[in-house]
Amino acid sequence: MPDGGIGAPTKRREDLRFLTGKGRYTDDINLRGQSYCVFVRSQVAHGRIVSIDTSKAAAMPGVIQVFTGDDFAEVGSIPCGWQIHDRKGEPMLEPAHPVLARGKVRYVGDAYAAVVAETEAQARDAAEAVEAEIEELPAVIDMVKAVSDKSNLVHDEIGSNLCYDWGFVEENREATAKAIDEAYHVTTLELVNNRLIPNAMEPRVAVGDYDETNDHSTLHTTSQNPHVIRLLMGAFVLGIPEHKLRVVAPDVGGGFGSKIFHYAEEAFVTFAAKQIKRPVKWTSTRSEAFMTDAHGRDHVTKIELALDNEGHFLALRTNTYANMGAYLSTFSTSVPTYLHGTLMAGNYKTPHIYVNVKAVFTNTVPVDAYRGAGRPEATFQLERVIDKAAREMGIDPIEIRRRNFIQPDEFPYQTPVAVSYDTGNYQATMDKLIEIADLDGFEERRAASAARGKLRGLGVNCYIEACGIAPSNLVGQLGARAGLYESATVRVNATGGLVVMTGSHSHGQGHETAFPQVIASMIGIDPSMVEIVHGDTANTPMGMGTYGSRSLAVGGSAMVKATEKIIAKAKKIAAHILEASDQDIELKDGMFTVKGTDKSKAWGDITLAAYVPHNYPLESLEPGLEETAFYDPSNFTYPAGAYACEVEVDPETGQVEIASFAAADDFGNIINPLIVSGQVHGGIGQGIGQALLEQAVYDDNGQLLSGSYMDYAMPRASDVPSYVVDHSCQTPCTHNPLGVKGCGEAGAIGSPPAVVNAVIDALHRGGHTHVSHINMPLSPSRVWAAMQKS
Amino acid sequence: MYAFEIETPSTVQDAVAALKSEGAQALGGGHTLIPTLKSRLAAPEKLVALSGIDEIKGVRMGDDSRLCIGGGTTHATVAAEAAGHYPGLARLASLIGDPAVRNRGTIGGSLANNDPSACYPAGTLASGATIVTNAREIAADDFFQGMFTTALDEGEIITEVKFPIPEKSFYAKMLQPASRFPLTAVFVAKFADGVRVAVTGASESGVFRWAEAEAALSSDFSKAAVDALSAPPADGMIGDIHGTPEYRAHLVKVMTGRAVENAA
Repeated sequence: MPDGGIGAPTKRREDLRFLTGKGRYTDDINLRGQSYCVFVRSQVAHGRIVSIDTSKAAAMPGVIQVFTGDDFAEVGSIPCGWQIHDRKGEPMLEPAHPVLARGKVRYVGDAYAAVVAETEAQARDAAEAVEAEIEELPAVIDMVKAVSDKSNLVHDEIGSNLCYDWGFVEENREATAKAIDEAYHVTTLELVNNRLIPNAMEPRVAVGDYDETNDHSTLHTTSQNPHVIRLLMGAFVLGIPEHKLRVVAPDVGGGFGSKIFHYAEEAFVTFAAKQIKRPVKWTSTRSEAFMTDAHGRDHVTKIELALDNEGHFLALRTNTYANMGAYLSTFSTSVPTYLHGTLMAGNYKTPHIYVNVKAVFTNTVPVDAYRGAGRPEATFQLERVIDKAAREMGIDPIEIRRRNFIQPDEFPYQTPVAVSYDTGNYQATMDKLIEIADLDGFEERRAASAARGKLRGLGVNCYIEACGIAPSNLVGQLGARAGLYESATVRVNATGGLVVMTGSHSHGQGHETAFPQVIASMIGIDPSMVEIVHGDTANTPMGMGTYGSRSLAVGGSAMVKATEKIIAKAKKIAAHILEASDQDIELKDGMFTVKGTDKSKAWGDITLAAYVPHNYPLESLEPGLEETAFYDPSNFTYPAGAYACEVEVDPETGQVEIASFAAADDFGNIINPLIVSGQVHGGIGQGIGQALLEQAVYDDNGQLLSGSYMDYAMPRASDVPSYVVDHSCQTPCTHNPLGVKGCGEAGAIGSPPAVVNAVIDALHRGGHTHVSHINMPLSPSRVWAAMQKS
Repeated sequence: MYAFEIETPSTVQDAVAALKSEGAQALGGGHTLIPTLKSRLAAPEKLVALSGIDEIKGVRMGDDSRLCIGGGTTHATVAAEAAGHYPGLARLASLIGDPAVRNRGTIGGSLANNDPSACYPAGTLASGATIVTNAREIAADDFFQGMFTTALDEGEIITEVKFPIPEKSFYAKMLQPASRFPLTAVFVAKFADGVRVAVTGASESGVFRWAEAEAALSSDFSKAAVDALSAPPADGMIGDIHGTPEYRAHLVKVMTGRAVENAA
C-alpha cells in the first residue's frame, strides 16, 4: 500500500500556491475590454426613492452606462431557496428582492444604481454624481417590536414584518407545555445569539462576460457553489438557460457560508455585460463587505428546560425571534428552522421538545448561513440552559449531561424533533475530554490563577450537529427548492492518472489533498496520481457545492461511487486480458491479479488498454474509463463531541482570557487528521470570536456602527490558546460509504457555550453568584457591568 | 481615494513652504490620513510628505537632560533608542499598533492628530514635555485642546518633542478589542517635584490630567493612594459599543493603580 492514503496526515498540496501568492482568485481574472462597476448604495436604512437623476453621472469621463432599478423591470427577483410553512400550514411571506432597489431602499448598503465605466476610479467618481432624492422612513431595527409594528413595514406589499411563525413539531406543543407546567423544576434563560459579519479574507468579486457570437454568458464569481448560482441566476433572475450560462468560481479565499448565496451583484454584472457587450467587473471594498455580505446568527431566544428531581430532562421549549434582514437571502429561511429546530434534542433524551421561531424582516442587510448555520444557535441555548439548570439544582454540569445522554446502545435514536441519529457515543467523547483537558488538575490551576489575582472558571458542554446535508426527498418535503445530492466524474487517463471533477467546491477545506487520498486507498496508487477539478460549471457535473460540512460525506461519497464503477469496469478489462472471469479479479496495491494465481496486470496496463483497445472485449464493453456518479444521502450525519474551556477573568477590568481549550470530537472515520485538526482549530477560533469579540451593531436608525475593523473585533492569534484537540473517538457514519461525518463547522458550533459557561463559572467562584448569564460577546465592559450588579 | 499631488521635501523649510499652498496637508506616517483618503472622507489637493526630512528624525539626549525626539521619528525607533533613557516612554512606543504601524507611524503625526485614543498624547502630557515646531515651543499642557484639536496653526510642523525624564514611570493600557487603540490608558510619571497622571481613550475631550490622582500620588506614591480615590466622574467619558462611560471612568482608576504598581 503506497503512503498517503486514507488516514495519512498529508500536508495540503494546495497550500503551496496559496502561500506563495500563486492562487488564482476572481479578482485576478481580467478580461479583454473589461469595464468596471461601482454600485450606488443607500446611506439610509429605510427610505422611499422619490427620484434618481443619472444624467450628470452619465456625462462623466469614461462612463459607459448608468443603471437603475428601472433597467431591471423585466428581470426576475433574487429567489429564496427554501419555502417555510408556518404553524398553520401557510407559506411564508416572500417579498420581491430586486437586483437594484426600486421604490424603496431597505438597508444601509442597498444598491439603487450602478455605474459602469472604463476604469474603477471613473466609475467611483460617477457613482458620487448620481443624484437621488430619498425620503427617509423610520428604520425597523428591533425585531421583537417589528413583529407587532403594522405601521412601519420593511415591505409594504406583504402587510407584515413577520415572515413566518413556525412551530416545530407543532404536534408537540401541548404535550411540551403540560410537561413544563407539571415539572419538579424549570430553568428559564433569555439570551441573544449575537449578529456576526463573516469577514472572509477575500471580499466578494464578480466578473460578467458575454459572447455575442453564440449568445453565451459567463460569470466568474467568489462562490461556494457555482452550479447553484447558475441555476438560481439563470432560471429565476435573468432567464438564461443553463447551456448558455457558465459560472466559474476559481480559488476562493474563504466563505464560511457567506459565499453560498446568490447575490444581486452577480446578476448585475452578468446582465450588464450582455447590455454593453463588454466584460463588467465588480470588486467589493472591505467597507462594502461589512455592509452587504449576508450576516450570520442574530437570534433573540427564551428557552425553558423542565427537569425532574434527579436532573433528568422532561421537556424543552424554545421561542426565538430570527432576523431575516431586509430581503430573504438564499438559505436564510432554513437556518432558524430546519437547521436549528432539528438540533434542539442535542445529545440528550428529552421526551418533549417544542420550538417556535418567528422570522422577522428588518432594515438591515440579509442574514443567512454562517459557519454552523442554525446549529450554533441551537447548541448555544441548549448547553447554556443545561449549565444554568445544573447550577440551580446543585448537580455537577458534567454529571447532569451524563444522566441525560442517549446511550450507545440506543442508536438509531429518533428524537422528538424529526431527525434520527444513526450512531454516536457521547459518554466516550466526554471521557476523552476529561482526559485531554486534564479536568482533574483544574483545582490546582484555579488556585494558581487566584494567586495571580485572577478568577479561573471551567466551562464544559457537548454538541451535536446534523451535517452532510441532505436527503433530497426529505428536504423537499420540508420546503427546499433544490436537491442536496452531490456529483463526481472520475476520468482515468490512458497512462493511469486520474482527474476527479467534483461538484463540491474547495475554499479552504483541502479537497485537493483529501479527495485523492480516498482514491489512492481504493485503487492502491499514490495520491499524486489524482488531481481534483472543481468550481467550473463547464467542466464539472451538476453539483450542489460546499457548505454544511457536506463535501466529504456527500461529495466524497459520489466520488467513491464513481470510482467503484471505474474499478468494476477495469476489472472486466483485466479479466479479458488475463483470460479469467471478472469475478476472479482482485485489485490491490494498483495490481489486478487473478485470484489464487500469480497472473497479474498493473493498473497502468489496464488503463492503457481502455484507451488503446487492441486486446479488448469491444463486443461487450465500451472503450474508455470515465464514470459519473450522483450520491444522495439517506440521512444527515451527526458529528458530536464534548468541549472544555478554561478562562481567567480579571476581576478589576472584566477582561476574559482563554487559558485553555480542549475538544474531543467524533467525526466518524478520518481521511486526513491534519486537515481535520485544522478545521477544528479554525472553527474554535471563530467560536471564541463570537463568544468574546465579534458583534455587528446597528443603531436605532439602522446605521452599522461596527462597519470596519476599527469597531468589529476579529479574533487574532493572541486571543486564542494552543488548542488540545482529539478525534480518536470514532463511531463511523452508518449510511455513507466512507463512514465519515464532516468536521467543518463543529468547532464554531461547540465552542461558544464552553467559553460562556467558563466565564459564568469563574464569576460564581469569585462570589458573583447573581450572574446567571451575559450576552455575547463577553467584552470586558459587559463582564465588568455584570459583576457590579447584585 | 481622490487624485492629489504629492511633494516630498527634504528640509523643514521646504515643507513649510509647500504647506502654504491652498488645500495642502502634511503627511506623517499616514495611519490616520491614508485610510481617510481611501474612504474618500478627505480630499486634500496636495500632500506634503514629511518622511524624507532627515533633520526631524532621531532620538538624542539634550544638553538640559531632556530626551529629544524628532517629530518624524517612528515608534519603532523610539521603542529601540529611548529605552536606555526613558524606559516608560520607550515601552509606550513599543505597544502602539503592530510592527507595520510602528515602522511607519511617527510621534509628530500622532501628536498633531491628537486622536482621543492615541497613546503618545498620554506620555507627552504626563511627562510635561515641550512640543517644538518650525515656529515655536509649546508646553504639552497648552498643546492638547480636545479631541483631534491642538494648538498647532495651519501648516505648522512638529520638529521635535523634548521630554523631561521622570524618576519612575509606567504606561498601563487596556485595549479596545477591535482597533487595539487604548480603551482607556494611563501614563503615570513621578518627578522629584510631583507626579503627573495623563489619561487617554476615556474622555470626550481627549487626553487629560487626573488632578485628584496627581495630588494623592504626589504625597504618597503607592497603589493604596489610588485605591483610596473615587473613580473620576463618568460624565464626559466616551460611551460606545466597547464600553460605557461608567466603565471607562472605572478603568481610569484601575489603570492608574496598575501604572503606579509597575512604575520603574
